[in-house]
Amino acid sequence: MLRVLALASVVLLGIAPQASQAITVYTSWERHALVGSDVRLSCSFFSWRFVSEDVSFTWRYRPDGSRDSVSIAHYAGGEPYTDNKGAFKDRVEFVGNPKRRDGSILIKNLDFSDNGTFTCDAKNPPDIVGRPSSVRLLVFETLPIQAGVITGAIIGVVLGLLVLIVVIYYLMRFLVARRVFSLSVSRNVEGPQLCILP
Amino acid sequence: MLCILLGVLALHLLVFILLIVSTASSQWVADEKGHSDLWYSCLSEPKAYSCSQASNEDWIQAVQALMILAVVFCFVSLLAFAYQLFRLFKGGRFYFTSIFQILASVFVMCAAIIYTVMRPSNGKGFGYSYVLAWVAFPLSLISGLIYLILRKKD
Repeated sequence: MLRVLALASVVLLGIAPQASQAITVYTSWERHALVGSDVRLSCSFFSWRFVSEDVSFTWRYRPDGSRDSVSIAHYAGGEPYTDNKGAFKDRVEFVGNPKRRDGSILIKNLDFSDNGTFTCDAKNPPDIVGRPSSVRLLVFETLPIQAGVITGAIIGVVLGLLVLIVVIYYLMRFLVARRVFSLSVSRNVEGPQLCILP
Repeated sequence: MLCILLGVLALHLLVFILLIVSTASSQWVADEKGHSDLWYSCLSEPKAYSCSQASNEDWIQAVQALMILAVVFCFVSLLAFAYQLFRLFKGGRFYFTSIFQILASVFVMCAAIIYTVMRPSNGKGFGYSYVLAWVAFPLSLISGLIYLILRKKD
């Protein structure tokens, strides 16, 4: 009975009209990097279907303050193609694994002129309806301190010290109650009367 | 006995509320053009009101951390007071409560001093949150010292 049901569902899915559904593309929101370093921009997508043979990724770059975007990387038909004429010549490399829905690129040797927005558009035919996702790249000379890092560090250290002191205090009390230790605070120890066992 | 207890508890709660209001409200530096605090700085021009995140510099993050730690320690001291009220033996002193409260006052003092020394120098006057922080420091110190000399009777 179960086998019949499974077979029927497979057949129905197979002959159902190939309606396209939405695809969702994911990238980071913002990336910070140092001048001269490499940065890996990740792009992934969610689609209800399995990864098809015609999956494609397109990366576009739009400099800060400009309205036009230019393509810098494209993956289609199983082959990656990268920029070999423009500002990213020989600096872009396709490092993703499309079979695992990963269309990441690696940009080497960053410069201040690489500040801008990188847009990733992924298509998994027949799921082609989707919005491209953008990641903003910021290139710094020295990485600034992110908001909240020092705050969290101070709070964490102080609370950790507090927990440590409380644990040590209770450990000392436990040790004093266990062994016949004559410490000056032992008279303040609460608990049952101590007997010296033979 | 009950009056002293209620008075001490009221003082503790007052310090706790002052600390929370001072940490969260947005008026450390204020004038008619805008106000700023530990978390946001807002500008109110005619027909516009825009807020942006306060600076990411080290000192303001340290002030944030110290104020939050002061609030946390004051709350823990409140819990320790409730615990020790019922579990302390007769004649005992409220050591834990007092230690946490005094630590909270030290943290508020450090935060207020750092903010006073390092505040953005654009001539704006201090708002009420800053005043509350400076008021909370001696009140919490007094509260902690009261707990130190308080003894539990039955």
